[in-house]
Amino acid sequence: MSGMGFSVRRLGGLVYKESLQVLRDPSAILVTFALPTVLMLVFAFALSLDQRNVPIGVVLESDGADAHELAAAFSGTRFFEVTPARDRREVAELVVSGKLKGFVVIPQDFDERLKEASRGSLVQVITDGSQPNTASFVGTYASGVVATWVAHRDGARAPAISLEPRFWFNPELNSRHFLIPGAIAIIMTLIGTLLTAMVVAREWERGTMEAVMSTPATVLEILLGKLVPYFGLGLIATFGCAMLATHAFGVPMRGSYFALFILSSAFLVPSLGQGLLISASSHSQLVASQLAAQTGFLPAFMLSGFLFEIGNMPGWLQTLTYLIPARYFVASLQTVFLTGDVWAQFIPNILAMLAVGAGFFLLVARNTHKSMDT
Amino acid sequence: MPAAVEIRDVVKKFGDVEALKGVSADIHAGRLTGLVGPDGAGKTTLIRLMAALLKPTEGRIDLLGKDVVTFATQVHFNTGYMPQRFGLYEELSVLENLQLYARLRGLNPSTLDATFAELLQFTRLERFMQRRAGKLSGGMKQKLGLACALLGKPAVLLLDEPSVGVDPISRRELWAMVQALKNDGMAVVWSTAYLDEADRCDTVLMLDDGRIEFDGPPGDLTKRVVGRTQRLVGIAQDRRGVLAEALDLDIVRDGVIEGDAIRVVLNEGAEAEPVREVAARHGGRLEPAVSRFEDAFIDLLGGGPGGRSAIAEKMGVVDLGTDIAVSCSHLTKRYGDFTATDDVTFEVAKGEIFGLLGPNGAGKSTTFKMLCGLQKPTSGEARVVGLDLRRGQSKAKLKIGYMSQKFALYDLLSVKQNLEFFSGVYGLTGALRRERIDEMIDTFELERFLKESPQTLPLGFKQRLALACALMHRPLVLFLDEPTSGVDPITRREFWTHINGLVRKGVTAMVTTHFMEEAEYCDRVALMYQAKVIALGSPDALKAQVTSAERPSPTMEDAFVGLVEAADGAVRNAA
Repeated sequence: MSGMGFSVRRLGGLVYKESLQVLRDPSAILVTFALPTVLMLVFAFALSLDQRNVPIGVVLESDGADAHELAAAFSGTRFFEVTPARDRREVAELVVSGKLKGFVVIPQDFDERLKEASRGSLVQVITDGSQPNTASFVGTYASGVVATWVAHRDGARAPAISLEPRFWFNPELNSRHFLIPGAIAIIMTLIGTLLTAMVVAREWERGTMEAVMSTPATVLEILLGKLVPYFGLGLIATFGCAMLATHAFGVPMRGSYFALFILSSAFLVPSLGQGLLISASSHSQLVASQLAAQTGFLPAFMLSGFLFEIGNMPGWLQTLTYLIPARYFVASLQTVFLTGDVWAQFIPNILAMLAVGAGFFLLVARNTHKSMDT
Repeated sequence: MPAAVEIRDVVKKFGDVEALKGVSADIHAGRLTGLVGPDGAGKTTLIRLMAALLKPTEGRIDLLGKDVVTFATQVHFNTGYMPQRFGLYEELSVLENLQLYARLRGLNPSTLDATFAELLQFTRLERFMQRRAGKLSGGMKQKLGLACALLGKPAVLLLDEPSVGVDPISRRELWAMVQALKNDGMAVVWSTAYLDEADRCDTVLMLDDGRIEFDGPPGDLTKRVVGRTQRLVGIAQDRRGVLAEALDLDIVRDGVIEGDAIRVVLNEGAEAEPVREVAARHGGRLEPAVSRFEDAFIDLLGGGPGGRSAIAEKMGVVDLGTDIAVSCSHLTKRYGDFTATDDVTFEVAKGEIFGLLGPNGAGKSTTFKMLCGLQKPTSGEARVVGLDLRRGQSKAKLKIGYMSQKFALYDLLSVKQNLEFFSGVYGLTGALRRERIDEMIDTFELERFLKESPQTLPLGFKQRLALACALMHRPLVLFLDEPTSGVDPITRREFWTHINGLVRKGVTAMVTTHFMEEAEYCDRVALMYQAKVIALGSPDALKAQVTSAERPSPTMEDAFVGLVEAADGAVRNAA
């Protein structure tokens, strides 16, 4: 009997079917094209790591000229929106009610402190610890303002060094430049893992998987029938995002599209592998989407270095990030866009992604049988 | 001739659960084998084993002489399998689905134009070739699923519950097609929970709880009750009371309501005299009835349940304060251009069982939902116990008990917690709540299951629990949405014993159903077609409308099909 082994015709049929489904199913189009656009917009405009005009109070307890000058320096910076006060009780309540994110106290003995050679802390900074990020921002920036002011004041006597407070932080636009390449990795995870896991689970839910398994189609054909279309879809989405990033958001493209293609292809291997692995263990769309979000999307979001510096994580967590393929992809993408083609960095990253992907596919092969036995 | 499929001592376990407990049978070419049994009996498992989608835990299955485990791919070439949900891709058109399954069977679609044309003509889907499968009606999906399973001319055709959720008209068309295939020499397995379908099969495999209860031509089983089936006809009133009375007789093994009449099966060797007396006392008489597979099956299982409903006996007579329990006038529901319910008007009297029937998509679900306040009408009004559902919604809902085929129980809550939840939802509190819960536990014998999940209950108890949840607040009107589809006939009888008992106390019941036997329990039936009520009357009155010389005693199904066809005019095309 013919067709007992691998059949290109059957694979072609499955790929064609899947492509038609993607084109005709609004939810796939939504995930592939609308969602990336929305995410890019969010990352570009709403999610900025720079902050401006944070409302704080400045309590002026001292009447000295220096103290007034420092208070003016706080009012002058665009990082803060200052509410002046004479008594800390006035602003303390505003912090409690959330109207201010913290306050700076310029103490009565400010002038004396300033004269001391050792210069302990000149001011007291109180922040709203219930919002740790903003709190640390207020703390650091307030110290920055004081340091700059002191430097200027001293500079009046001994000029030369000018200290730029933003030196410690990303220059304003850079955060967008960093986030958008990272966002591509997130979107690819969505397509590779979430969409793939969902479409396979959908076949189980609708009973089509059962029907396909009752035909002579082999497991390999069924799996490839899923991989090929979503691989293509992932690449299309990547290039869509790259276009959006460079043309709409002004992110530079210093590397080559060829490198982007190679990196994206390498990343799709573990991403799709993970999607198939999830679908092999769960036959319901709800569970599959949960699993994909918890094991694919969230790690890619939090442990890839996209939002949070891997270097700042506890040691064990840093070790864990080596298993997250997005980690290698985010770093490489940032390089492709912002630096150029650095193959010395890309090649180890590509190898790492392929290694993780091979691990997933090994598990997929072990867990997928042409049978409804579980 | 060797059997097309040989099943030998097959045991199939899923974890601790034994779905099949040693099944042996032969399936022959050129025959239509009915795989009959209630939900959970093991029908789907057996079919999947034959299709090489599952491996038997013990025993073996040979298909065309080849072991299905070792030669799974061969089996996949030789069988056509239609799963319960048809296995169609909804985003693909009719033709694209056919092309896909052709490719999957290793055929080249470009050489198959003639085959496709033939299949589309056979299934009468030619006109819908370009339509997406998701937009087809249930019956059309079924036919397309069948066409896909037929590609590559399989020797064995496995159909898993092809008639579930399909109206009688589509069912008939499907039967005709399968008969034709069988005559061409195909071995056809048709699984079903409808016992009336068993009568039409060449041979029947009756599965119950993982075991084969009967294997042979349906006539062989029916033969056992010939002469013992009788009908009580001409009863003036209170058929339900008469049924209860008849069932209480020792000699009556089984009894059901059949329109205006009552059908009974007597014990072997019993004299019919006491039943005749019951009939006479209520102004009726006894006449012999043609025996059916279902009569014989109940007999095989040791008879149906008694006629007394413990719950109904505990309830006092219900007073509605009005004679009209449910009414609707000019009820209309539109979704955009599409009219689901078109100007429907009827009244349901207190203590009546009223059925809503119709083909798929006729609008009966929409109408039903508007009547119990789950959907808002576009125009017209619906009243329950005199309360306008648009205004006194929550007040009206407290008078309603709702139960659906899916039972709507929470599997993550225990049986006790389900009872507590539903009593709370219906506003019972304090001592009364505890009292009602205890009463339900007591009446429906749920004590030993209290800590279990409804999921793990035997089907009959699941049904009891669902009924208990719907009855705790003593509703005046019961809405039953396909309440017993897929349920074994004994469980169905038990259910109707309760409903009959409640109705005799003045409760009103509204029923939707595809089950013609269920329709027979109704006092009156509204037959809906294309959003309108095309016939309204007692089941016997509807049957009388299609009675003719060549069909002197039509069944409820004949009435259904006849009336819909008449409404369609003489030309009823593929749709």
